[in-house]
Amino acid sequence: MTTTDLHRLTGAYALHALSAKETAAFERHLAGCEACAQEAAELSATAARLGLAVTVSPPDALREQVLRRIGSVRQQPPDGAGPARPGRVPLRGRLLSRWALAACLAAAAAFGGTAVWQHQRAEDAAREARRAEQATDELAAVLAAPDARTRAASFGDGSTGTVVVSRSRDKAVFVVAGMPHPAHGKVYQLWFDDDGAMRSAGLMDPGRTDQAVLLRGGIDGASGVGVTVEPAGGSEQPTSAPLALLPFPA
Amino acid sequence: MKEAVHIGANPSSTPGLQELVGRVALGDEEAFAAVYDAVAGPVLGVVRAVLRDQAQSEEVAQEVLVEVWRTAPRYRPDRGTAMNWILTLSHRRAIDRVRSVEAAAAREHKAALLDRTPEYDEVTEQVEARLEREQVRRCLRTLTELQRQAVTLAYYRGLTYRQVAEALSLPLGTVKTRLRDGLIRLRDCLGVTA
Ligand SMILES: [Zn+2]
Repeated sequence: MTTTDLHRLTGAYALHALSAKETAAFERHLAGCEACAQEAAELSATAARLGLAVTVSPPDALREQVLRRIGSVRQQPPDGAGPARPGRVPLRGRLLSRWALAACLAAAAAFGGTAVWQHQRAEDAAREARRAEQATDELAAVLAAPDARTRAASFGDGSTGTVVVSRSRDKAVFVVAGMPHPAHGKVYQLWFDDDGAMRSAGLMDPGRTDQAVLLRGGIDGASGVGVTVEPAGGSEQPTSAPLALLPFPA
Repeated sequence: MKEAVHIGANPSSTPGLQELVGRVALGDEEAFAAVYDAVAGPVLGVVRAVLRDQAQSEEVAQEVLVEVWRTAPRYRPDRGTAMNWILTLSHRRAIDRVRSVEAAAAREHKAALLDRTPEYDEVTEQVEARLEREQVRRCLRTLTELQRQAVTLAYYRGLTYRQVAEALSLPLGTVKTRLRDGLIRLRDCLGVTA
């Protein structure tokens, strides 16, 4: 199988639709292909949602049987020899680099409704492979959408943020300039503001002060975007007060 | 429709379950009982969707839940939520069972495969489960017909992509692509962030 073929197997892999032999080959590929590893992890999480949707009410007898059995089952030692779950792919640590390409979209003058965007390709763009390219394409599409609306804000410390929203694409892009680097071991995390409830919209690249980020997931009725400082890898819910809360343009 | 699909939040990221699994990793049986209560419904649901047979499904679900206890010390939160870990394991074990049975039995007829659409259990009254079901249904409707068929045959019927190709009379490459772009569309619709 060619490498191009392998890159396309993330979906089949996440659905357990590969043969044992193909699974083994793809897992070797995952170990060296960050784009696929990230995508496979996301698609596995997506497949799990298909599972959640068919939740049933288990019989009471099952509970008794399971709870009785665990009394006599010895647990594995934590991370002994060999990986406990060879099928799983690393997640959090890989989350950051996906924005590397997206970050190459530098914003120039996003004020007043019309924006001029410059697209610079990073030298390592080739290595960033499909996933990042898709994000970039999508990001560019949001910026170029006929119904794109922008709102800019100054954050007081000299940095500026601009949010670009395309209702027709149900997507938003957040552009910052002059943002200070987060403290070591910290990262800026973006959130959709769903009526006060924060929904993660992805992480920013801690290595860049200027970047454009496509917010993860659809706008889906959210009223704005928030930024918090989180431990590296991000959090499921904000653990600190937002540095900035920017309402989406109407 | 933009009604409050996110209000119930994503059950797979329910705070609390991570922590409970952490306690299970230390041998806490009480915490395991709480984990059981949180995941047994989804676990049995996944297994039953694939296996259909109730008795066999309960047997495999029991194995999965015991495996959760046994391997909890090796669960790595940095690699995904506990619910994702447990449901991926459930699907994997259901698939293993299907394939071991299939290896010994004749291949089912193509028409019979297409006939089997996922059964959504309407019994559970849990609000969170209902919201999840509605959201997944809504998002499945955003897929193309081929994407939806390919994804549901693979996930809910446990078919390999080769079997999906056979069932839908499509080239292998097309099926690989449909499984991938179908899941990507679903991911974006559901706002899955891994
Ligand atoms: Zn790859």
